[in-house]
Amino acid sequence: MKITKAEVDAVALLARLELTPGETETFTGQMDAILAYVEKLNELDTSGIIPTSHAVPVENAFRDDAVRPSIGVESALANAPDRVEGFFRVPKVIE
Amino acid sequence: MELFDLTIHELHERLKRKEVSSVEATKAMLARIEAVDPKVNAYITVTPEEALAAAEAADRRIAAGDIAPLTGIPVALKDIFVTRGIRTTCASRILGNFVPPYDGTAVAKLKEAGAVIVGKLNQDEFAMGSSGESSAFGPTKNPWNLECIPGGSSSGSAAAIAARTATATLGTDTGGSIRQPASHCGCVGLRPTYGRVSRYGVIAYASSLDQVGPVTRDVTDCALMLGAVAGHDPMDSTSIDLPVPDYTKALTGDVKGLKLGLPKEYYIEGLDPDVKKALDEAIETYRGLGAEFVDISLPHTDYAVATYYLIATAEASSNLARYEGVRFGHRAEGGANLIDMFRKTRAEGFGAEVKRRIMIGTYALSSGYYDAYYLKAQKVRTLIMQDFLKAFEKVDAILTPVAPTPAFRIGEKTSDPLKMYLSDIFTIPVNLAGTCAVSVPAGMGAAGLPIGLQLIGRPFGEETIIRAAHAFEQATAWHQRTAQL
Repeated sequence: MKITKAEVDAVALLARLELTPGETETFTGQMDAILAYVEKLNELDTSGIIPTSHAVPVENAFRDDAVRPSIGVESALANAPDRVEGFFRVPKVIE
Repeated sequence: MELFDLTIHELHERLKRKEVSSVEATKAMLARIEAVDPKVNAYITVTPEEALAAAEAADRRIAAGDIAPLTGIPVALKDIFVTRGIRTTCASRILGNFVPPYDGTAVAKLKEAGAVIVGKLNQDEFAMGSSGESSAFGPTKNPWNLECIPGGSSSGSAAAIAARTATATLGTDTGGSIRQPASHCGCVGLRPTYGRVSRYGVIAYASSLDQVGPVTRDVTDCALMLGAVAGHDPMDSTSIDLPVPDYTKALTGDVKGLKLGLPKEYYIEGLDPDVKKALDEAIETYRGLGAEFVDISLPHTDYAVATYYLIATAEASSNLARYEGVRFGHRAEGGANLIDMFRKTRAEGFGAEVKRRIMIGTYALSSGYYDAYYLKAQKVRTLIMQDFLKAFEKVDAILTPVAPTPAFRIGEKTSDPLKMYLSDIFTIPVNLAGTCAVSVPAGMGAAGLPIGLQLIGRPFGEETIIRAAHAFEQATAWHQRTAQL
């Protein structure tokens, strides 16, 4: 086994996902198969190979530090599930 | 020929000669959608009012003598493109009520060109999938056979072209999501070089692999659509500042002396016999047109799927962290505290495939596993890119299948994610290498399902693959076949 149910539950917490016991069960089996499959990358010697994070060479893309119009408070809040005055409202953060 | 049957360039000629108005063409398209989309489910949202207003504006432009190739043409967008004032879902419950406050760059460019947007198209949720089955709005059906998948993730973008419910569409391609559905639905689909088209206003899946491209009836339309959306954009720091050529100048029909590579790793045992036959015939067609063939090797092909499913899922787990029920989208009831609310919201909002990829990506990036999985995959990605750069020292383009089989049946691969992932084996390497490729209709399988061929070009070599695709299209009749609905 590449991964256990307890590890799947720990990853789910990191990923901010609540899984049902059935999902944990299914994902454990599926992730195990997928992680076993990706093991094949270890057949390749990659010592000295520079990792690629980007397919085309991109240098720092700078723009002028100038004030430009933005979408504004109303537009920014228009899709909020819960709002109060000019803010997004969320459940209690501090117990 | 009905108005909805016409290509962009055919409809453009009629609009220019004032034989037809954009309002008439748009009404014909909206009626067509109403008539056949219930069978196909290519659309998530149809926008008749906005479309007719845009068509009227296009007609005023045309009356004033101001007509561009896309002016007045009814087009549709994968629901991954954010559209100002039009619900944009990415086929996910978590964005089911999201109405964006702005247009993405590709959308803004289409509007400036006078195109008429008739609606938003179905897809795999967050562009994660190869079959169109993973949508909160139900699966899209293949117009050639309603029991088969249309391919994915740009399922609606290809199915709408095959169903004649849009003149042209835009999709996105992270691992084959334009080319594979185009192949399965008998259309032309082009994934441009990374950086060729702005990703601003395109909901992110895997940011180092995502790219915007057209799905069309023929290669001429493909050249017109690409020309309309390509170009540098200050709002996307990864878009490249290179001039946009006139891609229609590549429509010469001349491939004499063009060197096409045949990678041995793509012509394997297990290739569907109908796919193999279509490729063999295509090679003969190209020989007849004067193209030359060179045997090449892309030795790391077999590692591409594993590399992709680590890099794409890692990037996805990070990109999708923004869906937490605070600023937009769905929020679950009853969260006891903030983290509990996040977890319940994401549990309710995401479908199984999205959760699975977030889980794999989170695992691959987590402490202790980063080097073994994510960093290792990035190194293998370098090897895969080098394979292509070496090949392009010898050839102008590479000719391969798009998918190992024609479209499979709905439900056939949903229970085995790994089997589904392996169906992308011939398209994924292009995304890892960041280069361009096009799928063109090249045959029909025994079951009456279309088969495409893939032409892979050098980075920013879109003109070469468009030229080669067009020459093939003009020498064959596959693109003239239509699905009967």
